[in-house]
Amino acid sequence: MTDNSPTPQSSSAAETGTDVVARNQGHDIPGLPPHRPRQTDIDPRAAKRAERQVALMFLASALMTVLFVIAFVQIPTTDTWPVPFFNATINASNTALGVTFGLAIFFIGAGAIQWAKKLMPDKEVVQLRHPLKSTQQERDEAAEVFWDGADESGFGQRKIIRRSLLLAMGLFPIPLVVMLRDLAPGPLDLGVLKETLWEEGSRIVTDPLERPVRPADVPIGGVVSAMPANLTEVQHEEGNLNARAKAAIILVRMAPEDIQSQQGEGWDYQGILAFSKICTHVGCPIALYQQRTHHLLCPCHQSTFDLSDSGNVVFGPAARALPQLPITVDEEGFLIARSDFDQPVGPSFWERDR
Amino acid sequence: MRRSRWAALIAVVAALVAVGVAYAVLNAQSKAAAAPAESATSAQLEEGRKLFLEGCSSCHGLNAEGIDGATVNNGGNGGPSLIGVGSASVHFQVSTGRMPLAGPAAQAPVKTVEYTAEETEALAAYIASLAPGPASPSEEELDFSEADVAEGGELFRTNCSQCHNFAGRGGALSDGAYAPSILDATPQQIYEAMLTGPQQMPVFSNESLTVEEKQAILAYVDDLRTAPNPAGQDLGSLGPVGDGLFAWLVGIVLFVAVAVWIGARVR
Repeated sequence: MTDNSPTPQSSSAAETGTDVVARNQGHDIPGLPPHRPRQTDIDPRAAKRAERQVALMFLASALMTVLFVIAFVQIPTTDTWPVPFFNATINASNTALGVTFGLAIFFIGAGAIQWAKKLMPDKEVVQLRHPLKSTQQERDEAAEVFWDGADESGFGQRKIIRRSLLLAMGLFPIPLVVMLRDLAPGPLDLGVLKETLWEEGSRIVTDPLERPVRPADVPIGGVVSAMPANLTEVQHEEGNLNARAKAAIILVRMAPEDIQSQQGEGWDYQGILAFSKICTHVGCPIALYQQRTHHLLCPCHQSTFDLSDSGNVVFGPAARALPQLPITVDEEGFLIARSDFDQPVGPSFWERDR
Repeated sequence: MRRSRWAALIAVVAALVAVGVAYAVLNAQSKAAAAPAESATSAQLEEGRKLFLEGCSSCHGLNAEGIDGATVNNGGNGGPSLIGVGSASVHFQVSTGRMPLAGPAAQAPVKTVEYTAEETEALAAYIASLAPGPASPSEEELDFSEADVAEGGELFRTNCSQCHNFAGRGGALSDGAYAPSILDATPQQIYEAMLTGPQQMPVFSNESLTVEEKQAILAYVDDLRTAPNPAGQDLGSLGPVGDGLFAWLVGIVLFVAVAVWIGARVR
């Protein structure tokens, strides 16, 4: 490999090939294998065959494009074809268009590769690599230029200039920080993260049909997905989806003697408990309620909350219990909230405990 | 005129008799009101009792009062009381083959049905005659021809899809429990499952999900079952995981094959 074209700066013996062999612990670098001509290089009939193959592939691509156009015009979008072995049907138009278009582009690529592999020149070219490091002479010169500049500028001697420059450069980034901070939407409104639509007297309605809920509507062992009635007053432009994402709750009912603990005394109503539906891990909505164990399982990362025991985490990555909503009934006998949640719902955030 | 010494005693006895008669009459009326709409014949009840004693009583007790102690899972023969579970629960458990239980399992699996439709009706009628409970839905309750499929979809995604998957294919729960696919269940079985909350499933009574809402859900499930699939294969409708697995397994193999072909030495 090193017998031709000596490296431009061969002053250092360590950078020549002979020493590379020595550095490889005595193993010889085998070099390139002997060049073997391809069948198409020695046999004109093989070359002719390869030529026909490539042409056939390009023609196949052209045929597929024609078939695509025919399929586009001829096959109604409602037609279906049976799928063998699967006892199913498949949309005829989609399938024909996809298959013809896909094969049209595939055969162009396949033909090009076959052409390059079999017919284009088969020369082996060696590209030598040189060390990335500059020569010691160049490095010394560069260092000399730098120190000359430093000396001539007087940076070392003229202290007042040096210090005032450092001060100016130290202060310069401040406007950048101010401008970047100014991109944030106003001062951070932590209330958005800490408050939900629930307030004292908010009526609990079913999700999605907005039926107010009477205690008798929730059977023991039952679960009801619910939201605050005033959610419907929040328009989409005002952030209805965000409000819904924070206020979603589930109601479950269990025999009062099954309730081991709650987050606040008497926050249930006759065994009906209301919990945030938003997982405290990363905020997935959870409603996989297993009525025998009173466990609520989050489908995203398998956090499991025991609703009979203050919504505490019994399994999985969630770090905090599900927030409980204190409830009671109003004069008309419908379930209402007694207040907002006493803690932020959903996943943790830096300012949560501030 | 002086009253007889016996007058007070006679009055008290007469009042007691009157109250007793009135109670008996009213009680009989209320019992009649609680009985299932399609009142069971005594022959049916007798057949149901016989079938129960043969096939169910070893775990549920001779009078369906349940047997305390180790359950089948723990090597015993304890089973829950069936007093007051209603005909809906019996029909669901027996007509899907979940009961009688074959052996220990995290939850009773669907398997070959052991009883004919008439025998199942008889069993359900017998259990329902012991105490009132959720009854099997009537023909009218199961008629979802007028129901709103779109509303059913919303209700399904809010109340059912978290466990049974958005396409009704079911999914895993914790401790070996699972939500089964509901696509093979009949509308009556789905209705009864909502009404009674079998095993880990929560109860969706006719108050928490009204009859109309249940019908909308049935219509949506029927739509899931019958909707054509333009892609030919739904790959289990398991969502991005199944689709992605297929794309990686099939797509990567194709890419590797092409890469090997491009890199292969030409002879």
